[in-house]
Amino acid sequence: MPQMNMIQALNSAMDITLGRDPAVVILGEDVGYFGGVFRVTDGLQRKYGTHRVLDTPIAEGGIIAASIGMAVNGLRPVAEIQFADYIYPGYDQIVSELARLRYRSASAFAAPVTIRTPCGGGIRGGQTHSQSPEALFAHVCGIKVVMPSNPYDAKGLLIAAIEDDDPVLFLEPKRLYNGPFDGDPNKPAVPWSTHAKGEVPDGHYTVPIGKAAVVREGREVTIISYGTMLHVAEAAARALGLDAEIIDVRSIVPLDVETLVTSVAKTGRCLIAHEATRFAGFGAELVATIQERCFWQLEAPIERVGGWDTPYPHAFEWEYFPGPQRVGAALKRVMEAR
Amino acid sequence: MPRPSRLHVPHAPARPGEAPDFSYVRLSPAGSVARPDVAAAAVDIENLAVELIRVLDDDHRALGPWNPHLDVDVLQVGLRHMLLTRVYDDRMLRTQRQGKISFYMKSTGEEAVAVAAAMALRPSDMLFPSYRQQGLQFVRGAKLVDLMCQLLSNTRDMCKGRQLPVMYHSVPGRLFSISGNLATQFPQAVGWAMAAAIKGSDDLAATWIGEGSSAEADFHHALLFASVYRAPVLLNVVNNQWAISTFQGFAGGEQRSFAARGPGYGIPGLRVDGNDFLAVYAATEWAAERARKGAGATLIELVTYRAAAHSTSDDPTRYRPKDDAERWPLGDPIERLKQHLIALGEWSEERHATLAAELGELVGVAWKEATNYGTLTEGPRLDRDLMFEDVFKELPRHLIEQREQLRRERT
Repeated sequence: MPQMNMIQALNSAMDITLGRDPAVVILGEDVGYFGGVFRVTDGLQRKYGTHRVLDTPIAEGGIIAASIGMAVNGLRPVAEIQFADYIYPGYDQIVSELARLRYRSASAFAAPVTIRTPCGGGIRGGQTHSQSPEALFAHVCGIKVVMPSNPYDAKGLLIAAIEDDDPVLFLEPKRLYNGPFDGDPNKPAVPWSTHAKGEVPDGHYTVPIGKAAVVREGREVTIISYGTMLHVAEAAARALGLDAEIIDVRSIVPLDVETLVTSVAKTGRCLIAHEATRFAGFGAELVATIQERCFWQLEAPIERVGGWDTPYPHAFEWEYFPGPQRVGAALKRVMEAR
Repeated sequence: MPRPSRLHVPHAPARPGEAPDFSYVRLSPAGSVARPDVAAAAVDIENLAVELIRVLDDDHRALGPWNPHLDVDVLQVGLRHMLLTRVYDDRMLRTQRQGKISFYMKSTGEEAVAVAAAMALRPSDMLFPSYRQQGLQFVRGAKLVDLMCQLLSNTRDMCKGRQLPVMYHSVPGRLFSISGNLATQFPQAVGWAMAAAIKGSDDLAATWIGEGSSAEADFHHALLFASVYRAPVLLNVVNNQWAISTFQGFAGGEQRSFAARGPGYGIPGLRVDGNDFLAVYAATEWAAERARKGAGATLIELVTYRAAAHSTSDDPTRYRPKDDAERWPLGDPIERLKQHLIALGEWSEERHATLAAELGELVGVAWKEATNYGTLTEGPRLDRDLMFEDVFKELPRHLIEQREQLRRERT
């Protein structure tokens, strides 16, 4: 099986969909000739031409609005927003238009747009290149929101997103582009070739949107996470020698409640970890859902770990990042509670 | 698709391996463009958005009605600020390559855009820069050490470690906090100018945006509000031809000049040789006088060239010819002012070399001092508790708790 990092896996997903469906177009800032600032669209313009892989003006609102118009006229646009931190000029088009077009027109119109955007920190990006805005979109009705944590899922989910008839926000944790990351910035970087999920088929396959993945089965505690934090939480549990059941949410909207609830009902303990700020973060929705469904099986209060409720500070990246110490302390609390 | 595409997709004039091609840049001879009265109606001076205001000619003479007739010592100060900008940029790039700072953005080739404009304005005028006008800082008296401490996110960092390098600010220098997001400062400057008018003051605001960022809706908000309220604001579009890998045609530069967007809103548009110190000074002076007279905003397009990479994360050899900058038809702003001063008999290659060495020494000494206050990797570090401050004026309960949690985490 071929080895791919997340960049190559995403590139392969777009290559395959461009090849299979003439309606697929890619657009975004620097995505064409240059191949994207993270190289995710590298080579696609050369292969499919300037009319299917389009460079755009620096106008996120324009990119998303134009994608809606293209989709209404039969295309299947895959728009890249260069950093999730730069998506807000397009927020009105996403919230008021893209997400609601099907509903307001009773399905007379729909816009199958995929918006890809790199998110998360850990690359010294400061407050404008590090944000994790998933909760701002999870709260909007009518757009699916996914975030893969490995190359295999990234490719399968992106193909599923592009083929989906509803809009999908596809968040790419940029710290994971080149390898998994356990939360310790002082360790040497690990490539995806060392990880089972770095094996990615060349051809077409999908990972269904709306399905979480049980990454590891265990009996003592359920860890629910996604994106970069999945790897951090996994390492923290391993360091404590816990028999943890680890669940990768993958699909934030729609959420695979059954998989989460089944696990917590079994273990009786639960920790939720995401990189986004904690207050009103997506973890709050997870806590509420699990509490509603598993109250009588819970043996401890659900623990929730996230970034601090401040902008992402350049100088304090690793004090801000919810690293192994914060996750480990929370895991201890959830295990000790009686 | 059953039929071939009829979409027009702009093509860069030259890509790596091709010969640079600047035939698309419309030039006017130095001194050839008329200088209208500052109160002229926008509709009567639309030619200024098409022609190119230039003062310095190829023989290093200052020509025509836009010549600001500056004293020699003013020219020498301008040269010094521009050269300091370049020396500083070169040195800070090296420190990034050595891993001392995380990121840097040079303004090489665009020094006149910032320096000449700031010198033509009053110290009380408020400046809203983008991230490539470090020359404004020097004109407004910023200390090298203070700028470097921001780059280092160290214990003397004016931003207390919150911002990426180059996102400076200065309250006494009247330089607004630079945002990493694009174009946001443009309409904010208009609001500042509206407030100045409401307060009855003579102050004006000036702001800078790249031609690439002018694609953002914020650009249009700025022009609209400036037009509606005749705000005393100078709206500068730095057309340096490249937005990372995207050439100016993708920002709408293929059809008309960026200056020409002004007349569409009833605002004069001046298209100016951005590498001509005297032309930038004169255009800024004209627009400032117009604004102070109550005749409203001016849109100034500064035609220049981004001679360096977009940032330390960028490699321009992937998307444009290697020798593009050398072939840029408007030359280099420092070299042009230097040659003008030499032609006036007020400068020499020796004096220039001495000045360059002196500035290099200043930058070197400042760097040494700045690193004493810490770098990203060595020396004293900012107190991590500072992370929680300034989210709000008063620290709310939940942030006090998170600060305590971090202290426990790290002990």
